[in-house]
Amino acid sequence: MTLTLPLTTPGPTDDVWTVGDLTGAVKRLVEGEFPPVWVRGEVTQCRAWPSGHWYFTLRDGMCQVRCCMWKQTAMRAGKPPADGTEVFVLAKPGIYESKGEFQLIVSRFLPTAAIGAAQRELERVRALLQQDGLFELTRKRAIPDLVCTIAVVTSTAGAALRDIITVVGRRWPCATLLVVDARVQGDGAAADLVRALRVVNRLAGVELCIIGRGGGAREDLAAFNDESVCRALAALRVPTISAVGHETDVSLTDLIADLRAATPSAAAEAAVADIEAILHRIDGVGRRLAHGLSGRTRVAAERLERTADRLHCAIGGTITGPRHRLDRLTAQLDALSPLRVLGRGYAMPTAEPGRVLKRAAEFTAGLRFDLRVSDGQVKARVE
Amino acid sequence: MSLPSIADELARLEDIVRRLEADDVDLDAALALFEEGVTRLRAARERLAAAELKVQAVLEDAGGELRLTELDDD
Repeated sequence: MTLTLPLTTPGPTDDVWTVGDLTGAVKRLVEGEFPPVWVRGEVTQCRAWPSGHWYFTLRDGMCQVRCCMWKQTAMRAGKPPADGTEVFVLAKPGIYESKGEFQLIVSRFLPTAAIGAAQRELERVRALLQQDGLFELTRKRAIPDLVCTIAVVTSTAGAALRDIITVVGRRWPCATLLVVDARVQGDGAAADLVRALRVVNRLAGVELCIIGRGGGAREDLAAFNDESVCRALAALRVPTISAVGHETDVSLTDLIADLRAATPSAAAEAAVADIEAILHRIDGVGRRLAHGLSGRTRVAAERLERTADRLHCAIGGTITGPRHRLDRLTAQLDALSPLRVLGRGYAMPTAEPGRVLKRAAEFTAGLRFDLRVSDGQVKARVE
Repeated sequence: MSLPSIADELARLEDIVRRLEADDVDLDAALALFEEGVTRLRAARERLAAAELKVQAVLEDAGGELRLTELDDD
């Protein structure tokens, strides 16, 4: 820590600070410099005021410091501790300006004995659940693809629900969230969580259940280490995701659930598909559909062409047979034509009307007849 | 709950595509599959485009009956 204040004032007449200036400056210095820190000590003179705030002194063998704990924190701490109770406090050092006092503002208050007891209880429950095989990996069910109806067991007043709604609404707006409100900390939280989980088992159409809460003090997460809550979670008909606290917190429900998510937002991410990815998948199906049909019509077209070729071959055979015969007959007829004979220099005499004169006796003197030659006919008379 | 789930729709679409891509489907059946596929694709796209997250609170009355109500957004 380095002091950067102008403390080298030369004399009492120049640049005098007021008490307020000084305490204010020290307050800014101290409070700006220290993050919340864990402090261990003994509580003495603890007083709970009607406002609900507690004031006490924390001391060790050598030193002491005044502590202030606001109503919200005090309510979670239960009854004011007896003098000499050893505690851990999470506290931010500060200055109470109107009294010029150094003090700690306590945000978490844990009797060391309670920590020991809580730890022993956690180990006892863990051992029981383990003995019953409830942590076995073979029990884990897959989170279903594309779920539509999700039960959420959490406090409707908590940040966890808001995070889940935001993430699911963004990623998979096709979903329906059925929220079963439950107290997630304090007295009766475990019983309320068990009731809520049993309600989930009676809901129709639910495909997945998320149980969880946002971050908090370790003792605030205690209900999620409760044996009855763990057993109720294990008895759910549908796959489960547990998301309790921050990344670093691991509760027994995390070990029981089919999937542990680091935070409620992460649980929502794991629970639902991303609509963009699904639209992409649908586009892929559309392309395959078009390609499948064009492939199928191409096959049909090829088959049709092959059939046409075969048909052509078959029909072609039946046509060429008679055609060749016709050609042959034409050639024969042509060869036999009298006109071809005339072409070689012969002539054909014909009397009216077209009678061919074949014998000499038919040529009587003075007979007029036609003489047919290759390119026409001429008039003739017998002398 | 009258509409099939999106998962069922996608599964049916992918089945149509697989059958269309098979060699043994005849042309009439292929055309019918294609038409069904196009109709379902369009419906699925419209459904996703119109989707809006529904958030409901589950309440249990004194008799143990469950009922759903819109969650108050406070």
